[in-house]
Amino acid sequence: MIIELGHYLILSSMLFTIGVVGVFLNRKNVIIILMSLELILLSISINLVAFSAFLNDSTGQIFSLFILTVAAGEAAIGLAILVVYFRNVGNIEVDQINKMSG
Amino acid sequence: MNLIFENIIFLSSEIILVLTAVVLLMVGAFKKKNNAKIVVYFSFIVLILLSIMEMLVPWSSVTIFNNSIIQNGYTRFVKIMIYFSSSFAIILSSRWLMKYDDKAFEYPILILFSVLGMSLMVSANDLITLYLAIELQSLPLYVLASFKRNNTESSEAGVKYFVLGALSSSLFLFGASIVYGFSSSVEFGEIYQSLQASEINTALIIGLVFVLSGLIFKISAVPFHMWTPDVYQGSATPVTAFFATAPKLAALCMLINILFGPLSGMSDSWYQIIFFVSMASIALGTFSAIRQTNIKRLLAYSSIAHMGFALIGLLSFPNLDGIQSLLLYMLIYLVTTLGVFSCIISLEITEGESITKIDDFSGISKNYPFTAFTMAMFMFSYAGIPPLGGFFAKYLIFRSAIDNGLIFLSVFGLVLSVVGAFYYIRIVKLMYFDEPKTIVKKSFSKGLSFTNTICLIFIISFIFIITIAPITELTETAAISLAN
Repeated sequence: MIIELGHYLILSSMLFTIGVVGVFLNRKNVIIILMSLELILLSISINLVAFSAFLNDSTGQIFSLFILTVAAGEAAIGLAILVVYFRNVGNIEVDQINKMSG
Repeated sequence: MNLIFENIIFLSSEIILVLTAVVLLMVGAFKKKNNAKIVVYFSFIVLILLSIMEMLVPWSSVTIFNNSIIQNGYTRFVKIMIYFSSSFAIILSSRWLMKYDDKAFEYPILILFSVLGMSLMVSANDLITLYLAIELQSLPLYVLASFKRNNTESSEAGVKYFVLGALSSSLFLFGASIVYGFSSSVEFGEIYQSLQASEINTALIIGLVFVLSGLIFKISAVPFHMWTPDVYQGSATPVTAFFATAPKLAALCMLINILFGPLSGMSDSWYQIIFFVSMASIALGTFSAIRQTNIKRLLAYSSIAHMGFALIGLLSFPNLDGIQSLLLYMLIYLVTTLGVFSCIISLEITEGESITKIDDFSGISKNYPFTAFTMAMFMFSYAGIPPLGGFFAKYLIFRSAIDNGLIFLSVFGLVLSVVGAFYYIRIVKLMYFDEPKTIVKKSFSKGLSFTNTICLIFIISFIFIITIAPITELTETAAISLAN
């Protein structure tokens, strides 16, 4: 079987869907949301690299390198905010993030 | 080597921003006394000077760094507005910042980095630059939202903003990757050409929808608005003042850049989406604001409604008169919002904590007539009552909509802006005709009264034709340069 562009796109959209569903369905822990966000960014990288390989154009690979860099920075800031939140509240359960509403 | 210098000249305001932010970081870290104060005032002055510089340089259209950055009259005009509003947002917060922590010099520096991201976002001419600029703009905002480290609500706002903001960036990115795959380029001009040459297929429409949903999140329009009230309420009030102004403007102008530039070939598809988003934002923003008791939540819903009104300007596609009225609408929205926040920040319940409940406004006209008067003017301007600025903003938006045949949307918007007038004028009624309920103190600060006065003069000056003419001329130049 020859692996074509469509296979990569199906894989990446499956990973993307798992990531988005993970952000919304998860009721336990904010860390899992961060993991889901990383999964989404990786699925996009697969998408870009596959396109770049099939288009014979290196821009997609450069794009995915930038995404990896930004993902690292984003994770750092996310964890820092989470630490601040944990100090104030004492837990990081998703259900408990509801002090404000209206 | 020579080529690089020729390019850098056109990016000078961004480079000055980076240098200022880095130097101020050093100043803040090594200075022993008054470090926050110096950093605040210095960054305020630099932003004001930058906006004057952007006004004076020639507004010719030029693309630099291998077509990854574009500078033209449109981006220059938007940058002037971004620099001006964020400089006022910095000076608004000076007193609060000194009370909160006089060593917290990172606050204006985070704003400077975010402003850098916004100005690159407006100038971006390819998808990579655009994505990096969006992230550069959002990451400092997540930190600013949770700036009050010991406050539960503030850190909760930070967590919510971070999770939803990161998700929206990734939605945008997924759409961008599909657009790249089907047009085989990340550069806007080439995307435009390949969309013209080929048939629009389903995959491209999916890409467009993802790109749009990421960007609609950033301007907090329906259906991606749910973060706005919580983030506005949780963050410190000066931070909210910043959130409500420059980032909204930058995201909206970037949306115009994309929809009128590379994706203009798919206008049939995005036209319907923007039509729905605009209508839903006006309706939801207006009706949800009515039952709010917290002033910052009310302003959050009112900003959702205002974004809906501004989006009507996009629907004049392919004519540019809608963009012209949108730019003027955003200018007046920014000034009014800064003015409203300068009033709210100057009224305090306890030392350093500004008022939160709408009921706290009752009877303040007895003790503080000037603050009550300015607040009333800003509320009338929000509601669109002539002859204040907000009236002209709404008038131009609806006129461009009617000129382009959007009769239904104009009538819908007009009816709902009357409904919206209810909750703006209720605040005026509370201030002038009710008895005081809580003891409200007024804090005096040069920055606050400066912003307050400038915004008031700007809003009232729309009575005179002399002030309208140059501003409409500027917006017209800006809108026309978008076409080239």
